[in-house]
Amino acid sequence: MDESTLMNTPRSAAAAPAADDPILSVRGLRKSFGSIEVLRGIDLDLTRGEVLAIIGPSGSGKSTLIRCLNMMEVPDSGELRLRGRPVARGFRSRNGSIGVGELRRHVGMVFQHFNLFPHKTVLENVIEGPVVVLKRPRAEAEAVAMDLLARVGLDAKRDAYPNHLSGGQKQRVAIARALAMQPDVLLLDEVTSALDPELVGEVLTVVRALAEEGMTMAIVTHEIAFAADVADRAVFIDRGVIAADGTPDAVLHNPEGERLRAFLARFHA
Amino acid sequence: MYHWDFQVVVQSWDLFLIGLWLTLLYTVGSIVLGVVIGLLVCFARLSDFAVVRIAARSYQEIFRCTPLLVQILWFYYALPLLIGVSIDNSVAAILTLSLYVGAFYAEIFRGGIASIERGQHEAAAALGMSGGQAMRRIILPQAAKRMLPAFINQSVIQFKNTSLISVISVGELAYMAAVVNGETYRPLEAYTVVAVLYFLLLFPLTQMADRLERHLRVSD
Repeated sequence: MDESTLMNTPRSAAAAPAADDPILSVRGLRKSFGSIEVLRGIDLDLTRGEVLAIIGPSGSGKSTLIRCLNMMEVPDSGELRLRGRPVARGFRSRNGSIGVGELRRHVGMVFQHFNLFPHKTVLENVIEGPVVVLKRPRAEAEAVAMDLLARVGLDAKRDAYPNHLSGGQKQRVAIARALAMQPDVLLLDEVTSALDPELVGEVLTVVRALAEEGMTMAIVTHEIAFAADVADRAVFIDRGVIAADGTPDAVLHNPEGERLRAFLARFHA
Repeated sequence: MYHWDFQVVVQSWDLFLIGLWLTLLYTVGSIVLGVVIGLLVCFARLSDFAVVRIAARSYQEIFRCTPLLVQILWFYYALPLLIGVSIDNSVAAILTLSLYVGAFYAEIFRGGIASIERGQHEAAAALGMSGGQAMRRIILPQAAKRMLPAFINQSVIQFKNTSLISVISVGELAYMAAVVNGETYRPLEAYTVVAVLYFLLLFPLTQMADRLERHLRVSD
């Protein structure tokens, strides 16, 4: 059976009402690494306030997909739009099209391996974007940063260097750093995959709180139970295409299709 | 038993002082120029254009794979024949010293920058930083710390390498030792004094470098 027959697109941009306009949308996204085509034509919309879980076997292209959403990977073809404006390849925005720089100011990202700046303290990590990129006054950026650090429970660590933190703490700082840019969308790329099992919970708690506050997020995760719980919608990526798309309940608990069932079965084994 | 007599050397203290001054001048001057050359060549090595990369690499290999002494002699005696203009020995000296150390610095800088994990570039980019902002704020400060030991090591070598410009009669410390030796026939005293002077200047510097390195390690 062709995978594309499994694909359903519940939110058509044309049919949706204005309030439901996607913040981020991709059409016909394709990406190859060498001779391997990792993404083979992805259409996806992300609506304001939506929490989208992206699941799939390793090598399915889910990380590449989320990394295309802020142009960390440059697609070979296809279109990316931020609030309807097309994203161009260059760094600067120009007449109508959005540059990569502006895109990333609105679309934050948290990485699997945290990627905190080791030469800067926790507070300096969090204010770096607002001060350098948004040109905010330092005092103002620090006040915002301290609020965020308090929310992730790390205000006491403001002067610590990242290498003195646990993995869970590092990832919470990384989330605060991304939030300090006040992004419209947050991309979470396997943010618990590099953590010791006992540290996963503290990061998921922060993500869950963000979801409850209405943060728009795309989450690539292997935590199926968490995805089912926190997401409004789940897509299953398989061999470079969206093989299933629907509510977490439909996709994760009543899976249609052999490969999705096989994938999910592994988590119950 | 050799009879040490530093009296003759002490009488020439003014020559040693001038020599010391010129040694410091050529060291600092060639290090400053070498850093500028090194940075330019380093970024040329990281360029998107193959021609620029190859040109930078060629320069580096020419200066790294030929002896400094030969380079000094070539720039002073051979280059003027090619360009038809005689070159002052001080110009040939600073030019050669700077180009020589610049080739090594470029490699140290490039290696330091290349050693920074891809995730750091990505984290900076994800915040919306431009390539220049990421380089200045995130990559270079971390790379500088990693480069420091190699940079200091190369600079210490450079300090001592200035002695080679004595072959084209630049009156730095080693040249002055030869002058004093010629006047007094006291090579043991003259060259011992010079060796001690080099040591007295460099030893505190290497100690300071160690302390600086430890100090920079606070974030590790």
